[in-house]
Amino acid sequence: MDFDRLIEKRSIAQLMEEFPISGDFFRNANIPLTDTHKTLQEVLSTLDDEWFYEFGQNRFEVHNQLVDFLQDMTASENAQAIKSLTVIGGKNKRGEDENARFTLMPGDVVSVVGPTGSGKSRLLADIECLAQGDTPTRRHILVDGQPVTDDVRFALGGKLVAQLSQNMNFVMDLTVQEFLEMHAGSLGAGQGPLPMAGVVNACFEKANSLAGEKFTPGTKVTMLSGGQSRALMIADCAYMSQSPIVLIDEIENAGVDRRKAIDLLARREKIVLISTHDPLLALGATHRIVIKHGGIYRVLTTSPEEKSSMKELERVDAMLADARRKLRSGERIASL
Amino acid sequence: MRMITVAGPPSSGKTSVILKLAQLLDGQVGVVKFDCLTSFDRERYDEAGIPVFVGYSGKFCPDHFFVNNIEGAVQWGIRRGFDTLITESAGLCNRCSPHIKGILSVCVVDALSGIHTPRKIGPMLKMADVAVITKGDIVSQAEREVFAWGVRQANSKAQILFVNGITGQGAFMLAKKAAQAREITTLTDNTLRFTTPAAACAYCTGETRIGEAYQMGMMRKLEYD
Repeated sequence: MDFDRLIEKRSIAQLMEEFPISGDFFRNANIPLTDTHKTLQEVLSTLDDEWFYEFGQNRFEVHNQLVDFLQDMTASENAQAIKSLTVIGGKNKRGEDENARFTLMPGDVVSVVGPTGSGKSRLLADIECLAQGDTPTRRHILVDGQPVTDDVRFALGGKLVAQLSQNMNFVMDLTVQEFLEMHAGSLGAGQGPLPMAGVVNACFEKANSLAGEKFTPGTKVTMLSGGQSRALMIADCAYMSQSPIVLIDEIENAGVDRRKAIDLLARREKIVLISTHDPLLALGATHRIVIKHGGIYRVLTTSPEEKSSMKELERVDAMLADARRKLRSGERIASL
Repeated sequence: MRMITVAGPPSSGKTSVILKLAQLLDGQVGVVKFDCLTSFDRERYDEAGIPVFVGYSGKFCPDHFFVNNIEGAVQWGIRRGFDTLITESAGLCNRCSPHIKGILSVCVVDALSGIHTPRKIGPMLKMADVAVITKGDIVSQAEREVFAWGVRQANSKAQILFVNGITGQGAFMLAKKAAQAREITTLTDNTLRFTTPAAACAYCTGETRIGEAYQMGMMRKLEYD
């Protein structure tokens, strides 16, 4: 889009009508919005040099800044649609070759297991920065089968991987509804053809179906229980976050249906990596990466025997869940 | 010697980020810390074995103090034989602009500091090459994304990096940027990316009394309605 011409021709009111986000720019830059029937240039010409100086602006750059701003803010984020991610092993802490190579596709669920301090985070960090043999592990991460340049790594910085862990909390003082609208808005919903209500509702309803106890759109995000927060974070990752990879770090079972959650992420075409010690979660994945001495020790495909032993584990898990429920509702635990 | 300026609001995690960065850089790293009244960071640099020089601006505008002492910092770094010199300064009034044209400029902002913070910080963030977001590991993914979007609104050209100041996750990409920082021997005749905040009035010279009669010099008066 030719924003350059658009900004020259349209009044500020017209710009804000067509691109509501431009209102943010004007407010950020402290540009007075009293004469919105004028063009940006006309408004700027009424301001004296002192004004620009005081607010840290440059008269000649405001126009170009708005062009950049609109280009950047309305750019589609499709660049992050990746078809596959290939991990090529490097060396472990003892200098031994990892002899590993595996490819992850959207919809894959892989667990990462190993003792605390074994190097699980290191693997996740390598994926996050798309290591090209230049991290301490010397691993290579290929995108769609190809190495990536540093420029691409920087451009993807922070956008490739969505993270979810037990340590995360909501800190904004907003209701669930406001919160989802804000996130959707930051992704361009409500600008042009993207509807806001659809994605917000989908996200809210899915979060509620994952949470053990229901919450309303008017609940403050900071007041949600641990399980409800997790449920909302997962639904948000599934429906809003543009990141193609989701890293889940040891989330607890309480108050959120984790397996349903992981299922949801996989169905939303995410590559899901779960760092866990929980047998049910680990075996629920199609593959598991075993980490030892800072390196990939082996990559296992979940075997049919393991799959069938999950039934037994599920039974034990259900028993525990039942005991927990009874305790919470004041019942006695009968002999097992 | 390569040079990097690191700025950011107080307690945003500048020192932690610099410490993680220093571990990943080849060669000797030295730090000049520009602070106002007190600084508790000397011990942290000492523990990490990183040579540090701490300067206090005291009664002077920290930004003016920075500009007046930056060339000295460069010469100190060269005398000490550093491969990389990092300056650390806190932006206390949000109008600070400690970045220099041609010198890799990093602004550190804290994901916990509130959603409008990136838009409130002025030239320190707007003129930076790299915006480092800290403490992202304790807020939700959604809040990280919204915060990054806020940073992008303030500076759409900056590279945004999430760095965990405790584990160092994310510092690797920052080190890659830092390794490309320009080699310099002096900053004389280089220019700031933006003007520093200004005042030259009676209060600059120690006046404490309030009232029209005591106000002299260059100042700005509000017109209340």
